[in-house]
Amino acid sequence: MSGGRGRLALFGVGGAAMAVLFALAVFALPDPGGDQHPYRDRAVPAAVSHATANVVSSVNFDLRAMDTLGEEAILFASVLGVAALARPAAGEGGRRRVPREQVLDAVRATALVFFPVTLVVGLDVVLHGALTPGGGFQGGVILGTGIHLIYMAGGYRALLRVRPLELFEQGEALGMGAFAAAGVAALLVGGSFLGNVVPTGRLGTLTSSGTVELLSIAVGIEVASAVVVLLAAFLTQLLELGGVPEADQ
Amino acid sequence: MIRYAYLVSIAIMLIGVFGMVRARNLVSLVTCLSVAQSGSYVLLVAIGFQRGAPAPVFGSPASAPTTKVTDPLVQAMALTDVVVSATVTALLLALTIQVHRTHGTIDPDELTSLRG
Amino acid sequence: MTPVEVLIPATLTLLMVGALAVALTDDPARQAVTLSAYGLLLTVLFVLVQAPDVALSQVAVGMAVVPLLILLTIRKIRSRR
Repeated sequence: MSGGRGRLALFGVGGAAMAVLFALAVFALPDPGGDQHPYRDRAVPAAVSHATANVVSSVNFDLRAMDTLGEEAILFASVLGVAALARPAAGEGGRRRVPREQVLDAVRATALVFFPVTLVVGLDVVLHGALTPGGGFQGGVILGTGIHLIYMAGGYRALLRVRPLELFEQGEALGMGAFAAAGVAALLVGGSFLGNVVPTGRLGTLTSSGTVELLSIAVGIEVASAVVVLLAAFLTQLLELGGVPEADQ
Repeated sequence: MIRYAYLVSIAIMLIGVFGMVRARNLVSLVTCLSVAQSGSYVLLVAIGFQRGAPAPVFGSPASAPTTKVTDPLVQAMALTDVVVSATVTALLLALTIQVHRTHGTIDPDELTSLRG
Repeated sequence: MTPVEVLIPATLTLLMVGALAVALTDDPARQAVTLSAYGLLLTVLFVLVQAPDVALSQVAVGMAVVPLLILLTIRKIRSRR
């Protein structure tokens, strides 16, 4: 296949050039693993002055909350795009049926044991985002995928009962809106957009970090709903529409 | 020692692009793109690393705040990178299903002509 | 040499091997599983480099969500053939 060979040859030339340039650049950088980190020297005192124990969460939700707003918008827009692309095509819409699967008892028992544990861990990671490693994103993804343990335990029909899709679509919009509303509220109270205007407490207590907690919860709601809607678009495509059901479902 | 981390990050990126060039179907291509993106995560956390310094989290009850920690800004960037990469992968996979619907094939070599 | 000074280069080398493994696997369904294992190696690296938030995101996203989406796409495409 001459197309493939030509591509590989072109990649060989380009890749080698890039590797050489990068190696030259790397050896001109300062000694890594050292202690010259100017951003850190400014970020850590700023976070501690707002009484936030997890400096990364502070960077995400307080010092650079604008970037997190943009990231939330990217997530929202891409889930919107996937939902639009996953509409039934012409000729697929007529055959909607929900399959019945056989679930092994071992799988069902394990999934039922882990389901409440996963939900509690996810909530813990979201709520303690300002104190321990974690925050809205991580906890949101844990919650979103944890709900699908019900799919493993009970099959697709059980998942449909537990997961009313409109609720999660609204949840996603609610999370995004709450983030933006918190920003505007901070502006109205007299600070700056997305500024930390709630009074802060002692470093290390749960409510000590001001708006970081609230924004973390908003992001957690949005990311969890976004993951559920995303997986729902793919699962609907596979299980309800399209092709012949296979025996080893 | 950690200069090795920078070289590994570019190696991972090039290995990912090599996988993309060699892919026989679009889903393989998207997986290799995901690998190529992971090279940038390695680069970012390697920049923020400091030998002997703990993570930039002071916990609860909070230990004494100090600036001898690894760089939190670069870690926040890497975290954003991870989330956005997964988002891009999801969108590309939805597009792959769409391409399969329209053209019937997902072999990149057969998808050469621009059809209406 | 402290243990960390040995473990970090070892993990980086394993990462390169893992990336090669993902790129050279031909069957896309198997590639999803290899990608999941590669995600676990990345998580180990992030923990060793003292970046716990990044490690949490990577383990949640790269081991559960992305391989699941890939496998769902493959099944959907195969079921339409």
